[in-house]
Amino acid sequence: MTRHIRYAAAFCALLLAALLVNAARIQVVQAGAYDGNPANRRQDFARYGQPRGDILVGGRPVTGSKDTGEHLRYERTYAQGPLYAPVTGFSSQVYGTTFLEHAADGTLSGTDPMLSPFPLWNDLTRARSPGGDVVTTLDPAAQQAAFRALGNRRGAVAAIEPATGRILALVSTPSYDPGALSGNGPAVTRSWLGLNGDPNKPMLNRAVRQTYPPGSTFKVVTAAAALDAGVITSVDAPTRSPDPYTLPGTTTALRNGSGGCANASLRKAFERSCNTVFAKLGVDVGVTDMASTAHAFGFNDTDLRIPYSVAQSTFDTSVDRAQLALSSIGQYNTRATPLQMAMVSAAVANGGQVREPYLVERTTTARGATVSTAGATPARQAMYPSTAMRLRELMRDVVEHGTGVNAAIPGATVGGKTGTAQHGVDNSGTPYAWFVSWAQGDQDPEPKVAVAVVVEDAAAHRRDITGGGMAAPIARAVMRAVLGS
Amino acid sequence: MTNAGTGTAVAVDAPAPAVRLPRRRGIELALIVVAVLLPVYGYCAVGLARTGAVPPGAVGYGAGLGVLALLAHLAVRLRAPYADPLLLPIGVLLNGIGLVLIYRLDLETPGDRAAPAQLVWSALGITLFAYVVAALRDHRVLQRYAYVCVAAALLLLTLPIFFPAVNGARIWIRIAGFSIQPGEFAKVLLAVFFAAYLAANRNALAYAGRRLWKLQLPTGRVLGPIVAIWLVSVGVLVLERDLGTSLLFFALFVVMLYVATGRSGWIAVGLLLATLGAVAVGRTEPHVAARIQDWLHPFASIEAGQGPNQLAQSLFAFAAGGVLGTGLGLGHSTLIGFATKSDFILATAGEELGLAGLSAIFLLYGLLVERGYRAGLALREPFGRLLAVGLASIVALQVFVIAGGVTGLIPLTGMAMPFLAQGGSSVVTNWAIVALLIRVSHSARKQYDGQVAP
Repeated sequence: MTRHIRYAAAFCALLLAALLVNAARIQVVQAGAYDGNPANRRQDFARYGQPRGDILVGGRPVTGSKDTGEHLRYERTYAQGPLYAPVTGFSSQVYGTTFLEHAADGTLSGTDPMLSPFPLWNDLTRARSPGGDVVTTLDPAAQQAAFRALGNRRGAVAAIEPATGRILALVSTPSYDPGALSGNGPAVTRSWLGLNGDPNKPMLNRAVRQTYPPGSTFKVVTAAAALDAGVITSVDAPTRSPDPYTLPGTTTALRNGSGGCANASLRKAFERSCNTVFAKLGVDVGVTDMASTAHAFGFNDTDLRIPYSVAQSTFDTSVDRAQLALSSIGQYNTRATPLQMAMVSAAVANGGQVREPYLVERTTTARGATVSTAGATPARQAMYPSTAMRLRELMRDVVEHGTGVNAAIPGATVGGKTGTAQHGVDNSGTPYAWFVSWAQGDQDPEPKVAVAVVVEDAAAHRRDITGGGMAAPIARAVMRAVLGS
Repeated sequence: MTNAGTGTAVAVDAPAPAVRLPRRRGIELALIVVAVLLPVYGYCAVGLARTGAVPPGAVGYGAGLGVLALLAHLAVRLRAPYADPLLLPIGVLLNGIGLVLIYRLDLETPGDRAAPAQLVWSALGITLFAYVVAALRDHRVLQRYAYVCVAAALLLLTLPIFFPAVNGARIWIRIAGFSIQPGEFAKVLLAVFFAAYLAANRNALAYAGRRLWKLQLPTGRVLGPIVAIWLVSVGVLVLERDLGTSLLFFALFVVMLYVATGRSGWIAVGLLLATLGAVAVGRTEPHVAARIQDWLHPFASIEAGQGPNQLAQSLFAFAAGGVLGTGLGLGHSTLIGFATKSDFILATAGEELGLAGLSAIFLLYGLLVERGYRAGLALREPFGRLLAVGLASIVALQVFVIAGGVTGLIPLTGMAMPFLAQGGSSVVTNWAIVALLIRVSHSARKQYDGQVAP
């Protein structure tokens, strides 16, 4: 009997061993797969079980966390929601995250392994690091100035520092309060439905996710291409262009808004924004060189991230000569985000070099230790430095005695270009008012800011819509804020 | 521990040895103190994790458990001084962990508090323990009541048929607001009966009757009655849809028959019958077929878009625990929903204490079983040996069936985790099992202490 009792005991030991091995299988080997199962709500509990890290502007958080005491414990709060919505996006328990809340989610929610001094230990204990902070490149003064200047009009502003690509302002109006989407109650659902149903599209990030026909502001690109390609050798030489200009291969006559454009020099044409001159210049440069210059500025780039993705700005390369003529004055299929046009202006200000724009200066742990910094991105040469120098001069002329006088700032050198972009079938839509510019304070060694402004104002009288009239004062407010800070 | 060696030495060398076995009651007391302090620490951990303060109930539960454990210890010290010093502390510790886990789950279900009742049932169980230890002078007395036991067991098993089903199983009887699972008590009674019957008839079972290939069949007269009783029990349980318990009875019967006769053929027969039975029940009972499907495809309901089922939630809970666990009070095992405090209590342990804590709990059960088997080995008379083996096997089998079920090792069958799970009948029964093991181990260790061997 003794032997058989021992065997029975061995059998029980076998059962125990099976339990232990199986427990190790579930809790160690397959734990990751089970944890990651979308039906497992623990991910959500853990995610909202601790306060989210903050997004900082000018050293101060513009976000916060509120303890609700519920299962999904912490909700996002926003200090100045509408002002920073195009940057922060929202962090909603129901609708997910957008923009920086989305792109930097690993840091903010604490899952980024870089946040932990001992990532392996966190794996073992399943601990989550406290949410880290995201320090933005934004200049709060510039952001506020842009938001205030846009007021209740529909539009967007993008401002960047030419030498580095740091984004100083990113505003889209009308805006909304992302805090209204934070929680998970019925009020959040109502806000969501209301915001999505609003014809003004307050959740649309017009600064980076909407493209517009750039209109005359695109003439900066065309001028750069013409100078680089050698089609123009002297900015003061007549350009042998007729007024009106018959689009090649058609009978359509292209006209100008103002006079004095026939055979005008590049300088005059730029100042007066002559459509005829630039349309012909584009055709003379040819589609290949126009496209390569546009591409160097950032057009047709499919994967620009700041760190969230930016809508692609386009310059159509499969065009006939008439279409090329229209494309060269920012019409036809040419489309650009405000951020893209700020990059164009910044390239001129920065000696022809384009710096990739970025919004995150650095990320830190909850205690403030730096986790990552924005590395120096390689610069891209969009035009010869000499071309940039001439364009700076041309843009300065526009502000000093051209269409952009409204952007002038005492005590600073300002360059700009106006634009009034027609759109819609047979140009039936209300035109968009554009202004791109850069500014350099008299004490500054180099331009400090490049701005692009677009205003789409259906309420205004059609004749009042001009880049110089509506958009230039907004750009001036932003530039002033940057120069003053 | 100083058993076999000392025993033979005594027999050869001297008629009246002056050796005294250490009784180790002091060690038992020390271990009990640890076994009470650990759950008290658990209460504090739950409270600190949930509210940042030591919970007001901690003192009450701790003092209650402590007083009860001391009472049990006194009974052992006075009436079974040679008993194995590990059995009682393991029971106290497991019972205490169970109370902490239930208390912790009560926090999530404020409308349905189970911990106070569980403490009352634990008190009843430990009182019964003390009573059995004190009143049962010699476990062999039970042999005389074998047929009373089997009659009582069958009566208890059939009673629930007359009460309404709860959650699809007719295994409860409800009297004055209390619900009792008589099947729990029946398993101890059946183990006593099996042990007595097999001890009395083991020679006839092993050596009489015809031989079929390698298997020596016993005569029908000897085997008949016990098979009949076993069949009735399992049949009743199948009727009541208590499949876990019927599986337990089946395995218990096979193990005890094997140990009593020493014929490994019984294991083959048992396995064969179990397979046939499982296939038959799996085919005919939609309830069981569903359980088997769940076991094979625990995430089928998720893929079907219906959300995770209980087993999937249980697996999520275990996985969430990882190696070190989330910490007491910090898990989300209540997502399992129904039966979190009873059948699925182990998932809470797995999530909040991790693989480390879960392994510790499994090892405590392993130790309990091992000490039971050891007492059986040390005894010299077959009834005591079979009784000890039977009781230890009940614990081992039950732990395997329910723990294997909630961790996806085998199909899930509803059963209570000994000592841990919410359930009065279960706690009382398990204390009775430990009491009987204490008595058996007392006899086993005492027989070498210069006394006449039984």
